[in-house]
Amino acid sequence: MAGGARVVASGWGWRHAGRKAWAVAELSFDIEAGERVLVLGASGAGKSTLLAGIAGLLGGDDEGETTGELRIDGVDARSARGRSGLVLQDPDAAAVFSRVGDDVAFGCENLGIEREEIWRRVRRSLDAVGLGVDLDRRTAELSGGEKQRLAIAGVLAMEPRVILLDEPTANLDPAGVLDVRDAIERTVVREGTTLVVVEHRTEIWADLMTRVIVLDPSGGVLADGEPDAVFAQEGDRLAAAGVWVPRHPIGMPLALDAPAGAVVLEADGLAIGRPGAPVVRSAIDLSIPQGHATVVVGPNGAGKSTLALTLAGLIPEREGLLTGAPSLAGRRGQRPAQWSSRELLTRIGTVFQDPEHQFITATVRDELAVGPKALGLGPAETEERVDALLAALGLGALALANPFTLSGGQKRRLSVGTVLASRPAVMVLDEPTFGQDRVSWIRLVELLRAEVAAGTTVVAVTHDAGVVAHLGESVVELTGASQGVALRGRAA
Amino acid sequence: MSVTTPDISAAAQRTAFLDGVNPVSKILAMVVLSIPLLATIDWVSSTVAVAIELALVPLCGVAVRDVLRRSIPLLAFAPIAGISMLLYAEPGGRIHAQFLLATVSDDSIALAVAVALRVFALGLPTILLFSRVDATELADGLAQVARLPSRFVLGVVAGVRLLGLFVDDWRSMELARRARGVGDAGVIRRFFSMAFVLLVFAVRRGSKLATAMEARGFGADVERTWARPSRLSWRDGVFLLGCVCIMAAATGTAVAVGSFRFVGS
Repeated sequence: MAGGARVVASGWGWRHAGRKAWAVAELSFDIEAGERVLVLGASGAGKSTLLAGIAGLLGGDDEGETTGELRIDGVDARSARGRSGLVLQDPDAAAVFSRVGDDVAFGCENLGIEREEIWRRVRRSLDAVGLGVDLDRRTAELSGGEKQRLAIAGVLAMEPRVILLDEPTANLDPAGVLDVRDAIERTVVREGTTLVVVEHRTEIWADLMTRVIVLDPSGGVLADGEPDAVFAQEGDRLAAAGVWVPRHPIGMPLALDAPAGAVVLEADGLAIGRPGAPVVRSAIDLSIPQGHATVVVGPNGAGKSTLALTLAGLIPEREGLLTGAPSLAGRRGQRPAQWSSRELLTRIGTVFQDPEHQFITATVRDELAVGPKALGLGPAETEERVDALLAALGLGALALANPFTLSGGQKRRLSVGTVLASRPAVMVLDEPTFGQDRVSWIRLVELLRAEVAAGTTVVAVTHDAGVVAHLGESVVELTGASQGVALRGRAA
Repeated sequence: MSVTTPDISAAAQRTAFLDGVNPVSKILAMVVLSIPLLATIDWVSSTVAVAIELALVPLCGVAVRDVLRRSIPLLAFAPIAGISMLLYAEPGGRIHAQFLLATVSDDSIALAVAVALRVFALGLPTILLFSRVDATELADGLAQVARLPSRFVLGVVAGVRLLGLFVDDWRSMELARRARGVGDAGVIRRFFSMAFVLLVFAVRRGSKLATAMEARGFGADVERTWARPSRLSWRDGVFLLGCVCIMAAATGTAVAVGSFRFVGS
């Protein structure tokens, strides 16, 4: 590969068309060829905009206006496409073709590379990221970590001199995160390519980086220097702004073991699978303790989400039986899958992995009122519940905003709020802390701890070691085998 | 993600004659195989066409089971088309039954049979030709053989890939509505509100994908190359000639037995 490129910003700024505020303003830095830079900043500081700018994606006057200069090896970034390659946060959105080989080749084709050379590069890049799959393999069949490595291979094949990563591990399980980091270490570091990474989870990248640049939301640079120096100097301020600063304590007590007691949901010889799809796990015997928090862990593909949907009564058991406590029995008995949608509301509430899937109205306020209205509560009581939740979730100022326009953290809190509004006895959450910055993470976990303290049963599927430590009073592990579950001691 | 992959991956061996034919030729073949059938209306030509096409199924590489499975919509639609002709076509010949505006006559029976058969004669080649066409292969053909603009072709292919994700979105939204207490009633209203949200998803996914494509140099000023060649070969000539022969045999037989009839005559 051709080594790295120098990236220089001088007074660079960008304002999206139709916005009043500048996304990035008055930004100046000089990144030498081969430097590896972690870009940090509070959400809304313009980190992703900066990456898009370096990638040359911020162009025409209809998209927005620009000030100053952003140059790669002396060439304006907008005319330097191909010198830089950008990997986006969501690997699902990145695959263009349905087969692995074709997808890696896509970037090379766009750069006008010869056919034989394209396929040489495709094989080399897939080797480099450690993705030893068949070229004809379907991209849809890859795991999250594999998809992200595929996206990196697609960028490597273009042989760019700058590689840009926009939260590349936000959507991955711990194993996937390590694979992606290793792939970058093996390729970028060895080839001397310039690397610019935006990532909340700094601990993964900190030791790989030669420099940290912290963006100031009001424009310019807040701090710039060696990682250790920046974290020592700006650690507190960064942590307060939502950055996961390495070795910065969360300041929350650990969860204690759930004592033996009443059971709210009981699975007996349960086999789970989505309707129309194969059974993903069978022979599950499991008791969910009432009024405590249970976390469900395990690798991708182990059936965690399917188990969550089954426990939540949203999809029926494939075999065996799931029974709710007698106190929860509905008109058609104790099986959650047979409860009506309205009966489910006060019994089991579900927070989906993708919060957008559960939004059904046009404002945050209406969204929180859906549950209480479906329960037939009067306007006064509905309003009271909604107002209390808006305050507790820190969404008061956004009451009239459209749920789809919220930030990731706000959407997640709103989706939890929609469930709290109907005060269910049991809450089932699928990856509640997915992609959260430090501030919203703390807020969310504290909220859930408060619910448990108030007597709600919480079941959370998670990859997040922090959630296990601070919420998991009982830990259920789905192992690689497709049968059964294991109860894990808290010490493990 | 749990998108069901198309049959292409399942049918591991791509050795059938039709697999060596360029997708662009298949589109041309559809024109050849359908225009004569759209312009004429008699039962003999479509019967002959369907018979020959069925005899050629082994060359297409589609399993008979799949042909049957994919024909189910045709089996449902053909009788509907046929019955409406039976009742409401312009009466002629002997009249068998009459009820309000509906009249069953010799002519309307003949027309009903012809129309029902035509649904098959038009649907069957679509199933046989396109069941195993891969979207990527089609894009390569459209861009390199048919010389359509690459931006358009790749945009469409990438968009089609998103359709699988929408199926997943829809399922998740259904479950979410049950979880939120609004899943019990109002099927129609629920459908429309979900359709609207799906539209929002479509726009957002589409723009994300466009960014991902641009991030990999799509739309740069360089002349694009193609990693997979797409050309025409002798097979395409044989294939298209074969399609012309099928149509010649179908219409020829109809003329010979005297049943040939243009639409509207």
